[in-house]
This record gives sequence, C-alpha cells and structure tokens, in this order.
Amino acid sequence: MVAYIVRRLLLAVLTVWAISVLSFIIIHLPPGDYVTSYIASMSASGSAVSEGEAKALREQLGLDQPITIQYAKWMGLILQGNFGMAMEWGRPVSDVIGDRLSLTMIISLAAIIFTWAVALPIGIYSAVYRYSFLDYVFTLVGFIGLAIPGFLLALIVMYVGFAYFGANVGGLFSPDFAEAPWSLDKAWDLAKHLPIPAIVLGIAGTAQLIRIMRSNLLDELRKPYVMTARARGLPELRVVLRYPVRVALNPFISTIGYLLPYIVSGSIIVSLVLSLPTVGPLLLKALIAQDMFLAGTIVLLLGVMTVVGTLLSDLLLMWVDPRIRFGRE
Amino acid sequence: MSSPAIIAPLEAPSVDAEQRIAVATQWQLMWWRFRKHKLALGGTIVLALFYFVSLFADFFAYADPNESDAQRSLIAPQTIHWFDDGRFAPYVHPLKGTRDPKTFKRVYVPDPARKIPLQFFARGEPYQLFGFIPTDRHLFGVEGAKAGETMFLMGTDTQGRDLWSRLMFATRTSMTIGLVSVALSLVLGVVLGGVSGYFGGAIDSVIQRIIEILRSIPTIPLWMGLAAAVPNDWSVMQVYFAITIIISLIGWTELARVVRGRFISLKSEDFVMAAELVGCNKSRIIFRHMVPSFISHIIAATTLAIPAIIISETSLSFLGLGLRPPAISWGVLLQDAQNIQALVLSPWLLFPSIAVVVAVLAFNFMGDGIRDAADPYL
Repeated sequence: MVAYIVRRLLLAVLTVWAISVLSFIIIHLPPGDYVTSYIASMSASGSAVSEGEAKALREQLGLDQPITIQYAKWMGLILQGNFGMAMEWGRPVSDVIGDRLSLTMIISLAAIIFTWAVALPIGIYSAVYRYSFLDYVFTLVGFIGLAIPGFLLALIVMYVGFAYFGANVGGLFSPDFAEAPWSLDKAWDLAKHLPIPAIVLGIAGTAQLIRIMRSNLLDELRKPYVMTARARGLPELRVVLRYPVRVALNPFISTIGYLLPYIVSGSIIVSLVLSLPTVGPLLLKALIAQDMFLAGTIVLLLGVMTVVGTLLSDLLLMWVDPRIRFGRE
Repeated sequence: MSSPAIIAPLEAPSVDAEQRIAVATQWQLMWWRFRKHKLALGGTIVLALFYFVSLFADFFAYADPNESDAQRSLIAPQTIHWFDDGRFAPYVHPLKGTRDPKTFKRVYVPDPARKIPLQFFARGEPYQLFGFIPTDRHLFGVEGAKAGETMFLMGTDTQGRDLWSRLMFATRTSMTIGLVSVALSLVLGVVLGGVSGYFGGAIDSVIQRIIEILRSIPTIPLWMGLAAAVPNDWSVMQVYFAITIIISLIGWTELARVVRGRFISLKSEDFVMAAELVGCNKSRIIFRHMVPSFISHIIAATTLAIPAIIISETSLSFLGLGLRPPAISWGVLLQDAQNIQALVLSPWLLFPSIAVVVAVLAFNFMGDGIRDAADPYL
C-alpha cells in the first residue's frame, strides 16, 4: 500500500514537472520574448522604454541566459507564488486569475457529480433490463451525447434558451451578484446557475460511463454467485444491488482519473460559449493577445489542479478497492 | 483458433455453411461478422458518402466558396419548388434584397413572377477536378444565370458566401484532417506501443509513464497554447499541417496502449515461440507473425480515434486558434455561429454542426462494428 502511494506521488510530481516544461515551452514559442512584448504594450499606452531599461529588464529576468537557467528562474518565481505580470491588464497574473480558477474547478466538479448521479442509475437499469425499450433509448441518447462536441451542445442550449424561452442561459451569476463579494446569497445564486454548464459538460462523460457501467454489471450478473443468490430466494433488488453493483462500481471509480482532465479541458470551450467567468475566456484572450505569461500560467495551474484531483481520486479508489490497497492491480 | 461452435450460431447451421466457415480466411470471417452489425454498415455507407463529397467537393459545390457580396448576406435557405404544373421540373424564384422600413434590416423576398429552372450536371464555375482535369460541370446549377447569385440551398453567411458550397469544401478539409492526423498518431502509436510491448522492461516503463502523463494533462488548453503559437503569416497548407501535428502529438496514446496490449498478450502465444524456435529473426516475428494477427484491432482503434480528432479540429477552429480563414473547415464555418443573437436570427448557420455530428456518429458506429468483428470475445 505504501509502495502504491509512493508510486502515485512520484508520478504526480513527474506529471507536474512535465506540465511545467510544456507551459514554459508555450510561453517561449512565439517569436520575441517578454521584454519585446512589454515594450510593445508600453509604447501602445504611450510610455517609451529606453534601450538601457530594456537591457536591465532582460538581465533582471535572466532572458540573456541559457534556456535551462531561465526555466529554473521561472520555476523559482512560481514556487514563491509570483507568476509575473499580465501585460494586457497591467496587473499581476495571480490578481487577474483570482476567482476564475476555483470557479473552473467548481464547474468541473459539478459536471462530475452530474455524470455520476445520472450514469449510475441508468447504467444499472440498462444492464438489468437489457434490450428493453428504455435501454435502447439510453444507448441512442448516449451515442448522440458522445458525438456532439461540448461547444456545439452549449451553442444549442443557448439557442434554445434564447429563441424559445427568451432567456440568456449563459453566465454563472445574476447581474446583481457578478461583482459582489462572496456571501451565502451569492453562493446560492451560483448553485442556481450551475446545472446548465454541468449538464453540457457532463453529457459526453455520462454517455461513456453508462456504457462502462452497463457492460461491467452485465459481466457480473452472469456470474454463478448471482444465480446462487437468486436460487436462495433473495429479493431481486437485493440480488442486484448487494454484490454485483458493488463489484461493477470499482472500474467506475477509476474512471474519474481520466474524466477530470477531459472535463477540465471541455470546460474551457464551453465557458467561452456560455460566457462563464472561468479561466477559459481569459486563456483565449491571453493567447490571442500573445500575453504568454498569463497563458502559460493558466495552462500550468489547470494542469496542476487536474493532477491533484486525479491523485485524490486515486487515493479514494485505494480506500474503496482492497485489491489496490493490498498491492494487486 | 476460432472453433466452429462459436461461429456456428452466426451462420445457418447447415453442413455447407460449416464447411465454408472452416475454409474462410480471417478477413472473410470478419466481414461476415461486420455485415451483421447494421449500424456499423450504415455508418460505413455514410462515411463513404462523406469521402465521396470530399473527393468531388468542387463538383458538389455550385458557387465559389470564397466569393463574398454584402448584398447577399444572411439569406435564409431557399425553397426549391420541385414540380411545375404537375411535372418534375425543379425551379426557384429569384430573390430581391430590400430594407425593412421599420427595422432597417436586410430582408429578401422571392419574386413569384419569375422562375429560374434548376439543372442537374449544369455548367458553372470552371475548376480542375483532382487538380488536373479542367471542367465546369457541377452536380447542379441554374439555367441562364450564375448559380452563386440565384441559388441558396442552405442560405448564406454574414459575408454573403453560399453556405452549401462552403460546406462541401469544409467537408473535404475536416474529413481529411482526421485521416492525416490519425495516420501520424498511428505511426507514433504503433512504433512506441510496439517497442513498449515487445521489449518490455525499462523502456516499457518509460513509455508507459509518458503515456500516463500525457493522458492526465487537460488537452484543450495545451492545444490552444500550441496552436496560438502558429505564426500568423503561415499559408493555409502550413497551418493545416501544423494543426494536424499538434493534434496527433497528443492523440497517439490510446493507439499505443492498444498496440502494446496486443504485443504483450501475443508474446506468450505458442506460434510466436514456435517462430522463435525455428530461428526467425525479430523483424520477421513481428511483421510476419504478430502484426497480421492484430492488425484488425489496430484498424478498429484507428477508426475510433478519428472522431476525437475531428472534434478537436472543429473545436480549435471554432475558437479561432485552429485553421483560419481563408481555409474552410467545419469549425471555421461554425465560428459564424458564435454570436447568439446572430444565431437566433439566422439559425441556418448551424447547418455545419449536423455534418460534424453525423460524421462523428458514423465513425463511432463503424469503429464499434470493426472492433466487434475483429474480436468476438471482447
């Protein structure tokens, strides 16, 4: 068990490192460096930067040094919580990102909860009543759910909301609360706005999970112990829920691991269409404006949060599934 | 390996049929099983149609997809009258653009007095079929007028470009980007997955960790970051290949996983050991003995990987980070639908989304069918 935890932790650290390298590459990919874009943004706002100042700035940021040292310096700054300046906004990156990162995670979490809450009962139903009318309906809906890209579903939801209900279904807060400080009322307002983004984001994952749950449970239901339970006259509900569902649930939990990156990914695009105040719109704006420090930081933080989430779900899995706890996978 | 007892229920249990199964090749058996899967068969037909359209996009389009005209912006899809006096003679009424005196919006009214007959295989814009056969025949056009100015099967976009013709060219771009990307992912996946599965040991652990790491990173932000770094002055072709490479760099992991799994399970099979004992070298064992027995799985995994690639390209282009105009792809077309107010007034801008969903569904059905046919035990 200890070996498993250590292995997982090491992998998580390795992943975070890989993400940091990738983010650093993203920051450095566009031509020019931070100083050239800084000069451009300063001269756009009317103040000039002299040659000497530029040189001093380059030296201070270490831009004249080899790329590996630059990376080390950047990591050092990040570890101190200093993410650099967001040029377009003229404020520190951490200021600009602010609440948006936690809102991204709240939405992703809501989507996962929705996925679970829907996929579990439907998966069980589809397995127990295999080839029934509703099973076919769920299969069909699932296939379509898988085939519609998230942004398209968001567009359709917006369109239907706007054209038939005359309501703007986008956003996460009512106008009264958008700028207000956090309070119970604001949290309640957020909760009321969450279902639509959660459903839009969760639908593809739900479709996948239903199929996984259905086939897992079907495998279990064929096993002799289920027949034994029936032969002994246990009530049908108990026969199904007591053991087969519990066994079928294990692979189900392990899917959170890859569901989370997938949903966080999707939230970026869906947020843009539904104009949710997550990091999605910020990332797109930063990329278009070539504000690479902001963009790189967002990619880095999103990646790290996803890794932490996956790690937590793996530890949860270990707690639930004794096969992993005792070292057999 | 496959005993007749397992396959028998699929075919009629006559002696003849049994003999046919006994002598059938592996591909024949697969085809017979695939045939039973009606959805997969339907998906295959739909995909064949899509690629047919991609191949003959200039023929199916009747107007220049890039010709814009502010006088024709946002025309609704036109009604085609199929019968004239009870006779099959399709025609359309020409449209006249005027301004609504109250809202100052452009409105288009058909002129019922005039009829413009539609023609099949009509002459229109000259183009080069396959890039070298000059012709000007299109699937349809109109008689005595320029098709691009009178016919609007799916309406026009904000710049007055014909949506039907644009959709035909977009289909070509989006369907081929799936193929090119998947080919790149396949090379990476087969090589790395094969090395990982066949040699095992340290190299296997390293490749597996890389895959695990790549799979736990949210891909879209990463794609966005890489795609945004594609220089603005690159040509359409350069951007096209840059995007395919970006997508396949991250998309190969699933294919590598499948290939590795197959290699590991086959490594301990008797026929591989037999080949080793008679002294076959490594490449002969791999390519002559092992690869043929799991190539069908690779085909299935490849087919199932394409829809994800198509969705990625569409999403990236939709954000303005993938292909950029003047390139035409489904994502580029859907960019026009980003503005919800515009969408409510002109819902036909969503037409390209139907193509996306149908193509993705068809690939999923076909992939499922191939997978089931390739391995009835899974």
